[in-house]
Amino acid sequence: MILRLSIASLFARALTVGMTILAIALSVALFLGVEKVRTGAKASFADTISGTDLIVGARSGSVQLLLYSVFRIGNATNNVTWESYQDIAARPEVDWIVPISLGDSHRQFRVMGTTQAFFDHYKYRQGRSLAVADGAIMDDLFDTVIGADVAATLGYTVGDPIIVAHGLASFTEHKDQPFRVSGILGKTGTPVDRTVIVSMEAIEAIHVDWQNGAQIPGQSTPADVIRDMELTPVAITAALIGVQSPLQTFALQRAINNYPEEPLLAILPGVALQELWGIVGIAETALLAVSAMVVVTALIGMMATIFSSLNERRREMAIFRAMGARPLTILTMLILEAMLMAAIGALLGLALLYIGLMVAQPILDTTFGLWLPIEAPTLREVWVILAVVAAGAIVSMIPAIRAYRMSVADGMMVKT
Amino acid sequence: MADPVLQICDLAYQWSGRSAFSVAVADLTIAKGESVLLLGESGSGKSTLLSLICGTILPDTGTVSIAGTNISAMGGGARDRFRAEQIGVIFQQFNLLPFGSVADNILLPLRFAPKRRKRAGDAADAATNLCSALGLPAGTMDAKATALSVGQQQRVAVARALIGHPPLIIADEPTSALDADSQAAFLDLLFAQMASHDTSLLMVSHDPRLGERFDRVIRMEDVAQIERATA
Repeated sequence: MILRLSIASLFARALTVGMTILAIALSVALFLGVEKVRTGAKASFADTISGTDLIVGARSGSVQLLLYSVFRIGNATNNVTWESYQDIAARPEVDWIVPISLGDSHRQFRVMGTTQAFFDHYKYRQGRSLAVADGAIMDDLFDTVIGADVAATLGYTVGDPIIVAHGLASFTEHKDQPFRVSGILGKTGTPVDRTVIVSMEAIEAIHVDWQNGAQIPGQSTPADVIRDMELTPVAITAALIGVQSPLQTFALQRAINNYPEEPLLAILPGVALQELWGIVGIAETALLAVSAMVVVTALIGMMATIFSSLNERRREMAIFRAMGARPLTILTMLILEAMLMAAIGALLGLALLYIGLMVAQPILDTTFGLWLPIEAPTLREVWVILAVVAAGAIVSMIPAIRAYRMSVADGMMVKT
Repeated sequence: MADPVLQICDLAYQWSGRSAFSVAVADLTIAKGESVLLLGESGSGKSTLLSLICGTILPDTGTVSIAGTNISAMGGGARDRFRAEQIGVIFQQFNLLPFGSVADNILLPLRFAPKRRKRAGDAADAATNLCSALGLPAGTMDAKATALSVGQQQRVAVARALIGHPPLIIADEPTSALDADSQAAFLDLLFAQMASHDTSLLMVSHDPRLGERFDRVIRMEDVAQIERATA
């Protein structure tokens, strides 16, 4: 009966109580959302590359190399010459090697030049290989294979023409050498979905008439002429390497890092990822702390609401007292009320999270390649909700103790 | 003679607020089934006296006995329970929990008083019977307390005080919010219900015209010495 009366009392103050619950719900949704994005991002990043033992690029930072070679975030500061690439490829430890050439774009997507070996050796999510969903892997010089998101966003189908732009976010286009979509890859949840893949030779081909980053005025070599040209790359951006035996990984890494002809850097993707977490970890913790503070703020807001309601509820408490309720009962009622508000708020927050996930999932996936799975609440989330209810109870102790004192002092008489 | 329902002996109470204020009652006794009107102006210490009788405040010296039990000797929780068992309280107005139904309000004291609940038998039936005896329209039980008129609310308050037949009813100016006709009707209903269970009534008022309906009329100044320090 007390619980029912508490609920009735909450309903009677529907507006303020509703606002309080909404504030708690939003804060809990934010907190759980941050947590979801955090774990989702981690899982998604970790799933992006698998089976690659070393990544080689021009000497810079290991995190930077990982970011631009695998995640297409940021840019390479320098290239690796084709001679160095061939030197490394010829080493006995190397089982396979895939060159990558970046730097051009198509609309908002990056263009990556590579070889057939990329489709054979690039693995994601515990060893899965890329699969062509439609069409075939490029055959002609001006053929391209596009990722699932590229096709979905731009509405491309096999056979459509593509014009590649020079550089990123650039207005100068390689208009003279249009490409044709030969294949569309299946969805992977990795940056490959947002990549336009062409052959290494194609990257050279579209730059035939270019020098120092600009088109030579008036010069335009017809595509058929280019096809007959020798299109050996001058440089590559990075290379993915698989070694013969895992034991050789470190030896090869050391050899590449000490390569005398050119300053190079070889990294282990897993180690670089760990390093990346180390950097992101601080921001992650800060974000989590901020969202936790938002939850605390909402609970303090609830405390303020209860406080301000005390005066107008003096009469109510006097009636309870006159009917034989102990001051402790009044204290319990107020805490119960707060816990109800916190619980409803937390559950509503969880519901908001799921609604938010349903809305944001495709958007996050297409814009950031971040796939947040919609699953049943984890044990951690259940704990968060319980913690919010417990914190609500603790916070409400302060006004409840005041109500207790008031009801002891007032007894059943209220002088209004 | 059986134990009086209420007996106050040599009571003294000093209110320790900002304004020093003390009440002293040498002797006040109410017998079983007796109705007493306590007349006093506002500020004459009536509310303090009622709080002392109900045990929400404790006297510094002396005893307050309800149905033969000295409540001053009880612990706080036991005293609250005892109040719920033994005393029905009717306030001046705004007696009811606005968010509860009429039934919720009437049954509320039984929640804190298991013996009284037992005495009431089927509590919902008892409440319905009281409501009809008090002239409340059928179907009032499920209505929101605030949906009723002031006169109806006071009758619900009476039903709440009477349910489970506590030996003593304390009423603090229950008719002051009602007009003269409603006052008379209200008292008729109250007395009729109390007569059937030999219930005692202590009603506080400033209106001496009500006196003729009570067994006994006492004046606040006759039973209590009030002292006020003029600060």
